[in-house]
Amino acid sequence: MTTTPPSPPLATLDVAAIRRDFPVLSQRQDGHRLVFLDSAASSQHPRQVLDAMTSFYETSYANVHRGVYQLAERATAAYEGARGKVARFIGAPSSNEVVFTKNATEAINLVAGSWGRANLGPGDAVVLTLMEHHANIVPWQMLAAQLGFEIRWVPLTDDGHLDLTDLDRLLDGAKLFAFTAMSNVLGTLNPVARLTAAAHEKGALALVDACQWVPHLPTDVVAMGADFVAFSAHKMLGPSGIGVLWARAELLEAMPPFLGGGGMILNVTTEGFVADAPPGRFEAGTPPIAEAVGLAAAVDYLTGLGMDAVHRHEVELTGYALRTLRAEVGDALTIYGPSEPSERGGVLSIALEGVHAHDISQVLDTQAVCIRPGHHCAKPLMRVLGAPATARASIYVYNDTDDIDALAAALVAARDFFKL
Amino acid sequence: MSGLEDLYREIILDHYRSPRNRGELEAPPAHRTEGFNPLCGDEVVVYVMVDGEGRIADIKINGQGCSISQSSASMMSAAVKGHTIDEARALTATFKSMMSIHEQDIGGDGTEAEADPADDVTAEMKLGDLEALRGVVKFPVRIKCATLSWNTLTQALDEVATARS
Ligand SMILES: Cc1ncc(COP(=O)(O)O)c(C=O)c1O
Repeated sequence: MTTTPPSPPLATLDVAAIRRDFPVLSQRQDGHRLVFLDSAASSQHPRQVLDAMTSFYETSYANVHRGVYQLAERATAAYEGARGKVARFIGAPSSNEVVFTKNATEAINLVAGSWGRANLGPGDAVVLTLMEHHANIVPWQMLAAQLGFEIRWVPLTDDGHLDLTDLDRLLDGAKLFAFTAMSNVLGTLNPVARLTAAAHEKGALALVDACQWVPHLPTDVVAMGADFVAFSAHKMLGPSGIGVLWARAELLEAMPPFLGGGGMILNVTTEGFVADAPPGRFEAGTPPIAEAVGLAAAVDYLTGLGMDAVHRHEVELTGYALRTLRAEVGDALTIYGPSEPSERGGVLSIALEGVHAHDISQVLDTQAVCIRPGHHCAKPLMRVLGAPATARASIYVYNDTDDIDALAAALVAARDFFKL
Repeated sequence: MSGLEDLYREIILDHYRSPRNRGELEAPPAHRTEGFNPLCGDEVVVYVMVDGEGRIADIKINGQGCSISQSSASMMSAAVKGHTIDEARALTATFKSMMSIHEQDIGGDGTEAEADPADDVTAEMKLGDLEALRGVVKFPVRIKCATLSWNTLTQALDEVATARS
């Protein structure tokens, strides 16, 4: 992993200092401090990321891999430098294993459309879990409809963990096990290395949806034992418009192109084309250039904080939130997912008896508390929970106990407003 | 709490807490149609029983949703029950034009044509309690909540009409 800054072994974060780096957090809404608790959907940006992108646009922007003038060389160096930074951040053996995409959704679609189309067919199986985001469900359903393979589902336990009792049977004859490292609804942290090992034992590859993991915990794709890892920059303090697919070099080498166009070829004639080597093979068209620069700055920022410290901060604040919400809001409150803070990330899906998530969010907005109502793009999971929607509060590096106190007070206000 | 009273009028909360015509009808003979709000996962199920004269003899609402979608469905059911399909369509057009300030601003394509039939029957079909939902327009993301049951009713009546023709 990346080096942690010189700090005492169990330091967490200096949140007050961090907050000063985030311009958006200094605003007030209707006289209230802005309480941003929707980072699981998309996180905010520190000045360092904004400055890096602005300065890149002001001094070094040009298309990459094309021009021979100095500006273009600087742009290409910045873009490729970002690839290297991301590779180091996730423990990738080589930066050639890092493919930039539009987002995690596109990264998973790339695996489905390239590796999946080349390797799956009737009689095959892909194993998913019931806690997947639609991004790791629908691409497989679309492909299954065309290729006729089977999709199998790992069920859940009552406390929001994967139920692994039957995992070996589910993996029998499967070619791929695609699962989330952390649930974006329940916060459950899955035993990634154990799951990838189980897949490999049965001869299946393992795809890890790390959207909610990479921003929050130290990541080492090799230690994870993953074959494919997907995540998005916009959930880790970076800009929207860029995501990452990491895959083992041998897999990428063997995979056919996904999208066709400029930038992904060695040669094109009227008879056909010769595809470039990875990662270029999978980056057709002009890529998100300034976004890559922004992602690199986000990686630097997180590295400076130290991912161990980020995780510790979130476990502490999640524990505080679980205790505070239960004490303040009382019996009307349900918090889904594991009750032990160390088994979960900083995502709290809440139900308030008799008050729909939409209405909770509306009341919270009057107190400048930003949370998300809905199914969180995980409808199969919502069905298991028996709830059409939850109100989800999610925390990150800039949240503190004041934010949690404001959330608790706003939930009490919502409960009392509806007096059901 | 500022602004909230505009949205959550007492009559809305009353319909939310004590929804009218809640439940199911046996289908068939009744017609059953489901509606979804993909944004928030809300689901509404509308059961309509249309008699030989094209009158909505009975209507029941099921499903799950927020106070706005549930109260709108409840008020809708009370407003159209016992009325003809044409009257229900006219009321739907009136309600949707109240909810479509935004679309009219943009250019109102089609909204005028929809609003026409309303004029003929407004005498019999007043919005009444439904006026309470007017405040929703100030909260654009909630408009879909308010119109979900109406769109589902429209679909149900279309399906009934198709089945009969
Ligand atoms: C677990 C998980 N997977 C996938 C996604 C999709 O990410 P994106 O919309 O950036 O492609 C998200 C984010 O919403 C997520 O939380």
